[in-house]
Amino acid sequence: MSTRPISNTRSVTGIPSARLITWWVIASEIVIFGGLLATYVMHNLGHPEWRAAAMHTNTWLGALNTFVLLTSSLSAVLAFKAADTLDGAKAAKFLRLTALGGTIFLVIKGIEWTREIHEGFVLSSGGFWSFYYVLTGLHGLHVLAGMIILLVVAADAAKNRELQRVECIGLYWHFVDIVWIFLFPLLYIAR
Amino acid sequence: MSTQVPHAEQGIFQKYFWSTDHKIIAMQYLFTGMAMGLIGGYLAYVFRMQLAFPGHSVPGFGIVTPGEYNTVVTMHGSIMIFWVAMPVLIAAFGNFLIPLMIGCDDMAFPRINRLSYQIFLLSAVVLVASFLVKGGAFGGAWTSYPPLSASGAYNLTPLGASLWLVAVALEFVAFLLGGVNFIVTAMNSRAPGMTMYDIPMVVWMIVLASIMFMASVGPLIAGAVMLLFDQTLKTGFYDPARGGDPLLWQHLFWFFGHPEVYVVLLPAIGIVAELLTVFARKKLFGYKTILYTTWATVIISFLVWAHHQFVAGIDPRMANIFSVTTLLVSVPITEMVFLYIATLYGGSIRFHTPMLWAVAFVAEFMIGGVTGIFLGASGTDIYLHDTYFVIAHFHYTFVPIAIFSVFGGLTYWYPKMFGRMLNDTLGKVHFWGTAIPFNLIFIPLFITGAAGDQRRTYNYALFAEQSRPVLQHLRMFATFGLLVMLLFQLVFLFNFFWSLRHGRRAEANPWMANTLEWTVPSPPPHGNFAKLPTVYRGPYEYGVPGRIDDYWPQDVPN
Amino acid sequence: MISEAQPMISEAHIHHPNYVKIWAILVVLLMVSLLGSMSSIRSVVLIAAFGVALTKTYLVTTNFMHVNVEKRWVPYLMGIFLAFMVILFAAVAPDVMKHSGLRWSNDAAKHAVESGMQPASTKHE
Repeated sequence: MSTRPISNTRSVTGIPSARLITWWVIASEIVIFGGLLATYVMHNLGHPEWRAAAMHTNTWLGALNTFVLLTSSLSAVLAFKAADTLDGAKAAKFLRLTALGGTIFLVIKGIEWTREIHEGFVLSSGGFWSFYYVLTGLHGLHVLAGMIILLVVAADAAKNRELQRVECIGLYWHFVDIVWIFLFPLLYIAR
Repeated sequence: MSTQVPHAEQGIFQKYFWSTDHKIIAMQYLFTGMAMGLIGGYLAYVFRMQLAFPGHSVPGFGIVTPGEYNTVVTMHGSIMIFWVAMPVLIAAFGNFLIPLMIGCDDMAFPRINRLSYQIFLLSAVVLVASFLVKGGAFGGAWTSYPPLSASGAYNLTPLGASLWLVAVALEFVAFLLGGVNFIVTAMNSRAPGMTMYDIPMVVWMIVLASIMFMASVGPLIAGAVMLLFDQTLKTGFYDPARGGDPLLWQHLFWFFGHPEVYVVLLPAIGIVAELLTVFARKKLFGYKTILYTTWATVIISFLVWAHHQFVAGIDPRMANIFSVTTLLVSVPITEMVFLYIATLYGGSIRFHTPMLWAVAFVAEFMIGGVTGIFLGASGTDIYLHDTYFVIAHFHYTFVPIAIFSVFGGLTYWYPKMFGRMLNDTLGKVHFWGTAIPFNLIFIPLFITGAAGDQRRTYNYALFAEQSRPVLQHLRMFATFGLLVMLLFQLVFLFNFFWSLRHGRRAEANPWMANTLEWTVPSPPPHGNFAKLPTVYRGPYEYGVPGRIDDYWPQDVPN
Repeated sequence: MISEAQPMISEAHIHHPNYVKIWAILVVLLMVSLLGSMSSIRSVVLIAAFGVALTKTYLVTTNFMHVNVEKRWVPYLMGIFLAFMVILFAAVAPDVMKHSGLRWSNDAAKHAVESGMQPASTKHE
């Protein structure tokens, strides 16, 4: 849509609407992941027998994935820096790098899941595994959605259009990164 | 600078089904909600007939089997809350009113708005389609407690149960998308000069409701996915034998479910605030106090959810805490009711149809609130839990919310929405034909509930300890009340559709109201304002001494 | 629609910290949590893991998400939403986490814990 309603361009709070709505989306995601994590933690504390199951997750692959996501966050914020200086082409390059990071993350995650399924641990293999697959799956879906949006935003940014979106998708991506920052110790270390 | 764009050659589809105009989207929500409301009303008719005349064929349905009875009560609850109250109160009124009342041309994100409705429509289609699958629509109660809901062997509607969850989850997504849009629009897109305290109360309420919805629904979205996996993929999140806990679902459901009551209450209260001031020709009493008490309600309502679970086996110490918080939340609500009564005091009240609905809302909602005290205290709740007393209490709050305030709002904003006036006489006939039978339905149910009638019972005669033939007259009486009430809805439907073509043409400001939506033609053109307004004062300056007019529109310079 | 629309890069040019340096700190922190996980003392593992997680969150939110230069109410709002989750945890945990309490006990969960712990210990013998 080439036209933009006036309401979209006003900014009474001083925060541009695009960034404001991103904050609210992140707030709504906080309660989605927060509720799930809270239920996982209380179940985990009540079920010491889950620790035996948790021993089967691979800390090294988890750490590698943490590294990949942290690096993709770096490239997302560098994209924002480029967009801030109105360098759309550079921003697009960094956004695509970020999406590449998401791809690597999902591939590693896929390898992990494959190994675990081969060892016989599936969604219905008990409480820990149910939570493990739901938590990582929900997070993975957010990574996937973020990648798609990153590529869409990058396509526009390459033509120096809609540069304000670079910051917004960056915020979302950092949030997804933070979720993983907590998933990593919960699922791979604290056991 | 004009924001009005002539209607380019748009096809019917483009204009009515693919539009990003907030007014069209509001109409889409409104008509979808009304259609779902008809289904919900029909379902109420079916199960009330079964309860009044157990075993007899219900005209228009046939013999009600126990399984069908479960489906019908479950679907009545789900539809009325998620597919009638939510879309009409929040989405329809929110979409229509927010941009007009804050003086801008559309929502901040029109395409997200369109997507929100499309997802909502999809959820409605999934829900209605679930009636057609093998086993029928979900029959495990609208609260969907596991293990009943988790296993098709228990609820006998394995496909319906999963479709119900999918539909509910889609509906949540739709309202999250709509909600962030409402919040951002109201925060960022207000007309120049409109401060926080110049925002009309109904806009405040819809925005606060959206925030509440957003903050409460997250855990349930995750929980719904878990329940879906329990149903279909053999996980054991809610199965104690496999390390799960059925209480967890109740907690997640009511952590959302109780704020949800206030999510629909707040817009209703906001609508009533608008109606009371306009028809009492008096400034809203204590604008800021109402606002602060609303914030208090929002916060406290997050701390009360476990009062739904007093008999579920929760920790008794928690039950104590939740009794106290539950009784606390009635304080700000009571304060609000007092402020509304104070608004009426000394006003020059005009009893047009919208005002009747508004006053009836305040009166009937008080009955609902007072009976809630009995249920909030864990001691009395243990006796009254799951009886018709709960049903009657709930409907004394929800019918004023979802019916009275909606009809009040519709009759009030109908001229703005469609450019014609509703017939006032027919409106009053419809009002009395709804308000009186409403009490005739639910006062008897208070009595049967206090006498011990359990809810969700297919046929009392089948249970020796439940039978109580002496109560059957009251059960029948309630059903007759419902039949009368449903019949009178035909008056409204006739009035609604007849006035679309034959009603008196409405001028821009037929009620002589202050808020910005009345400064544009009825119905407002695409882009709303020919010249975007500037706001000079609050929305409720009625009967200001020294002025010739008894109203003072927000956009008129001194 | 005639619009006032301009590209909406907001308040012109915020200060950009050295992002690569922050990323390097984050990676070092990751190493710390990994080192901690090799400890055999459980409290060290947990403190390292979650201490690092909280520190990383702080670094990412302040430097990458710029909440330190964002309007004050934004981080407060996020904090309120998080606080609701803490309330949820606090009120639900007594029922779900614990398997017995004042005049009640969750036998199924207790049994699940027992039967879950047993095979692990018998296997080693």
